[in-house]
Amino acid sequence: MASLKSIKKRIVSVKNTRQITKAMKMVSAAKLRRAQENVVAARPYALKMGEVLQSLTGTLEGDLHPLLEKRDAKKLLLIVMTSDRGLCGGFNSNLCKAGERFLKDKQGEFESISVMTVGRKGYEFLKNRHTIHKNFSNIISKPNYQAAAMLAQDVIDGYLAEDYDQVVLLFNSFRTVMSQDITFQQLLPVVPEEQGSTDEAGVEYIYEPSVGELLAEILPKNIEVQIFKAMLESVAGEHGARMTAMDSASKNASEMIGKLTLQYNRARQAAITTELMEIISGAESIKG
Amino acid sequence: MAEKMKLEIVTPYSKVLDELVDEVTTTGKLGEFSVLPGHAPFLTSLSIGELCYKKDGVAVCMAHNWGYFEINDDKIIVLVETAERSDEIDVERAKAALGRAEDALKKLVPEDKQFKVYEAALQRALIRMQVAGKAARK
Repeated sequence: MASLKSIKKRIVSVKNTRQITKAMKMVSAAKLRRAQENVVAARPYALKMGEVLQSLTGTLEGDLHPLLEKRDAKKLLLIVMTSDRGLCGGFNSNLCKAGERFLKDKQGEFESISVMTVGRKGYEFLKNRHTIHKNFSNIISKPNYQAAAMLAQDVIDGYLAEDYDQVVLLFNSFRTVMSQDITFQQLLPVVPEEQGSTDEAGVEYIYEPSVGELLAEILPKNIEVQIFKAMLESVAGEHGARMTAMDSASKNASEMIGKLTLQYNRARQAAITTELMEIISGAESIKG
Repeated sequence: MAEKMKLEIVTPYSKVLDELVDEVTTTGKLGEFSVLPGHAPFLTSLSIGELCYKKDGVAVCMAHNWGYFEINDDKIIVLVETAERSDEIDVERAKAALGRAEDALKKLVPEDKQFKVYEAALQRALIRMQVAGKAARK
């Protein structure tokens, strides 16, 4: 049986760990709330952007924009969006594994596949398995629109230069605090959403400048918005995942402390008993 | 005039404004324009500029970044990257940004990639100061 001192030491160390995980949980909870607010705040913009895009593509016939054009998909770009920091359960590893599977599946279909990562964790996971085309770290922890715009510009430039024919974004979308959905989203070529059956296209808009020019501006912006939205969702998901992970870690620590305390008390009892026996037997032998 | 238009200004960070207004004047890609209630459906892009709306005779101005303007059935949706009310603008910051952009532009030639970035920054700073200046005069 472990000595009293060593058990005591372990109890103290587990207690310290619990304190840290508890604190991290609190911090994540606070950050999660803010991240969630951001997601909600960004929603109307993305929604309206989609509406405008739809009304534009709806009127457009034949004469397509390069970003809408479907090319023979030979070169694929996968953007893997993870977090910069760990300790958030399976948040990053599940996503990376899904990415791996996706890449394996697609290997036959495409001539070449490039990988781009956003966030340190994804980069570290994938760098030994694939050549990382480009990595963006330190932009995910504080998502801002400029960063998303920069990333979008990079992707669009590559697409127009025909470095890749299809761009897919892989990220964790926020469903609930407890769960995130691994989402594959095709960024390029842009797939115009199907017009709903309730035909509202009766409205004839006056466009200024022409539809084509408007479209040329809105398509890149739409990519930016999509990436920005994905970033926000991913961050909210990260904090949610970290919160649940830290919550269960704290619970496990408490359980461990309970077990160790029991062990400690038993050991103490045993030590007292042996001591007593020694004293009694000593006293007996003197008497005799 | 009893009729009013519903004006919504949305940025990626938040919904800035959702109000009933009488008149909206803003800077489009092809120049400044105004809309009044009963306008035909209209969609245009906005450049960096100023948006003023009148509500019950009181005019409010905002500095805005690149965006979109849509009016349909007296509902206006403005999608912009940033929008700041004249009293929210930090003039000191705008001045600093102006100085930075000017310095950078002096060193660059129009062919540089960065040139456009700084040109836009310069424009933004100028508009901000212009809008803030208007508020101060009132």
